[in-house]
Amino acid sequence: MKFGVITFPGSNCDDDLYDVLKNTMNCTTVKLWHKETDLQGCDFIFLPGGFSYGDYLRSGAIARFSPIMDAVIKHAERGGYVMGICNGFQILTEAQLLPGALLRNVGMKFICKNTYITPVNTDTVITSCLQKNKAYKIPVAHAEGRFYASEATLDEMKSNGQILFKYCHPDGTIDDTANINGSIENIAGICNTSKNVFGMMPHPERAASEYLSNTEGKAIFESILKNVRA
Amino acid sequence: MKYIAEITIMPLKEILDPQGKAVKSGLSNLGIKNISEVRIGKHISLEMEASSKEEAEKNAEMACKKLLANLIMENYSYVVKEA
Repeated sequence: MKFGVITFPGSNCDDDLYDVLKNTMNCTTVKLWHKETDLQGCDFIFLPGGFSYGDYLRSGAIARFSPIMDAVIKHAERGGYVMGICNGFQILTEAQLLPGALLRNVGMKFICKNTYITPVNTDTVITSCLQKNKAYKIPVAHAEGRFYASEATLDEMKSNGQILFKYCHPDGTIDDTANINGSIENIAGICNTSKNVFGMMPHPERAASEYLSNTEGKAIFESILKNVRA
Repeated sequence: MKYIAEITIMPLKEILDPQGKAVKSGLSNLGIKNISEVRIGKHISLEMEASSKEEAEKNAEMACKKLLANLIMENYSYVVKEA
């Protein structure tokens, strides 16, 4: 099991992810530069948060055409695992590996704070160690995180179990006041129909180590290790 | 032949445009009343060499579809003219 973390020009959570995978989870992990064209035999590819290409045009729109993305798309099409966090999520929607789009937050502000999310589907590679109805405290840091999909797409996603996380209150209740950025139906994380490509706006890698005083995001990495190693 | 494509990209009608909403309230604060809606998009100008206007339009179309607009959230239109 080998993890790869891609660095795009403007990525700034690549080191955090690398640290969690390598040092907290003790996994073989390499960093991949966006200009590379092969994935060095990695089984699970992470697209980290940040501001690739300065968020020019639209967040993730230009990174989607980085040379390494051809290999990422092929890997995903073969059933390989790919996960995007924050800007990584935006890149995956721009690459159409994930449905929908991420729009400017409803309040127009860059939101940088701890939020609570609760798993909707605990039957996926990244959520199986999470408890339903439990709220997980995981920080967000984004200006374009308002998940949007057309009604038809959303219906399809719901019937396929593709909605993975929703913003909620600390007690797990989901309502409009817990919806920090105006996402449709409080959606914070999703996957594709084949359930091998994942995206979420909150940053579990910033909540997976004792020295960050928050380990609530660690269950996501534990899920991955449990399911993918086996 | 040199052509210029003037491209307009707008958020889809059904999508809330918080930028437009904020500007609308700013205009109202300025005393510019009776504005019922403000929507904010992008204007992109492409200068290109092409053998005909049709070829230049084809280029503009491809640029919009593949990169400049995200059709899940935006639509686009363009006018191509000789530079």
